[in-house]
Amino acid sequence: MGSLPLVLPFAELEVGQHLYWQLGNLKIHGQVFLSSWVVIGALLAFLFVGTRKMERDPRGVQNLIEFLWDYIRNLAREQIGEKAYRDWLPFIGTLFLFIFVSNWGGALVPWKLIHLPNGELGAPTADINTTVALALLVSLAYFYAGLSRKGFRYFEYYVEPTPIMLPFKIIEDFTKPLSLSFRLFGNILADELVVAVLAFLVPVLVPLPAMFLGLFTSAIQALIFATLAGNYIGEAVHEEHH
Amino acid sequence: MTSWLLLGASEGGLFDLDATLPLMAVQVVLLTFILNSLFFRPVGRVVEDREGYVITSRAEAKQKLAQVERLEADLRDQLKEARVATQKLIQEAEQDSDALYREALASATADANASREQARREIDAQRESALSQLKTDADKLGDLIVDRLLAAK
Repeated sequence: MGSLPLVLPFAELEVGQHLYWQLGNLKIHGQVFLSSWVVIGALLAFLFVGTRKMERDPRGVQNLIEFLWDYIRNLAREQIGEKAYRDWLPFIGTLFLFIFVSNWGGALVPWKLIHLPNGELGAPTADINTTVALALLVSLAYFYAGLSRKGFRYFEYYVEPTPIMLPFKIIEDFTKPLSLSFRLFGNILADELVVAVLAFLVPVLVPLPAMFLGLFTSAIQALIFATLAGNYIGEAVHEEHH
Repeated sequence: MTSWLLLGASEGGLFDLDATLPLMAVQVVLLTFILNSLFFRPVGRVVEDREGYVITSRAEAKQKLAQVERLEADLRDQLKEARVATQKLIQEAEQDSDALYREALASATADANASREQARREIDAQRESALSQLKTDADKLGDLIVDRLLAAK
């Protein structure tokens, strides 16, 4: 096969180019880690500053921090249920926060000012590796949640309400991570590409609506991913009432 | 140089899965633990402490309100009783003074009647005595006149 070089007018646009780092005989995408460290650093700095002086009467940043916490708690509680949500709140919250800061970081930080030898910086979630990693973590999480809560009774879920469902439920275990990862990856990559193409063609004003739409999509995608993850875990820990 | 490297490319491409995937997963798991101890647990503690504080404060306030209402009702009862008692006292005092007034009036009237009666009796007696005096005087004079006239003849 090999690469498919196409000579297009927007020569600056790079898709599928990566900054490879060699780790032993493993290859990793350096640009993904670089940008993820930046956004994670920003997130940690914000949370560190916000949680440094917590008081019973919240003031300043603490209000925002608590709003965020409350928002994530409601999301987890609604999806997972009152009984089990406490165990999974940090996981769901981390997914939401990480995806959110990654998406917004990709849209808001002027990455193009930094030139890499190969590839370019952008949202970490615009790389298939990141989204597949997150989706597989969700799969592991809901299997673990179901098995740890119900033991082998968890597999009753596959034949509920009738054994006819068995093949569909098994297929679901594969489609869940697939749809999770590709939804996020596709949305964020497409958004970055649209903005990049528009910015390349008409550098003033025209890309702005697409940029705002991108911010909106980014937030929605983070919410969707976290909600679905919570929903899958909630499904796994849900007790059927016989 | 633009190159669209898609699935199946030997180097690069959009769907280039490699060691980035597990490392990113490890990174996210680590981030979960960091955020749990930095954000979720402390904020949860603060928020739940506050929720508990609000609930107990509300319960306490409700209790105090009930107490206040009880006290208020109690005081209102006392006030009512006091009002009734005052009313009764006033009535009694009025009755007392009325009775005293009547008594005094009656005794004064009796006194006055008695002294008037006495005076009238005295007057009667004096008139009686004066009349009898007058009568005796007139008899005497009459006798005298008769005597004189008879003597002159």
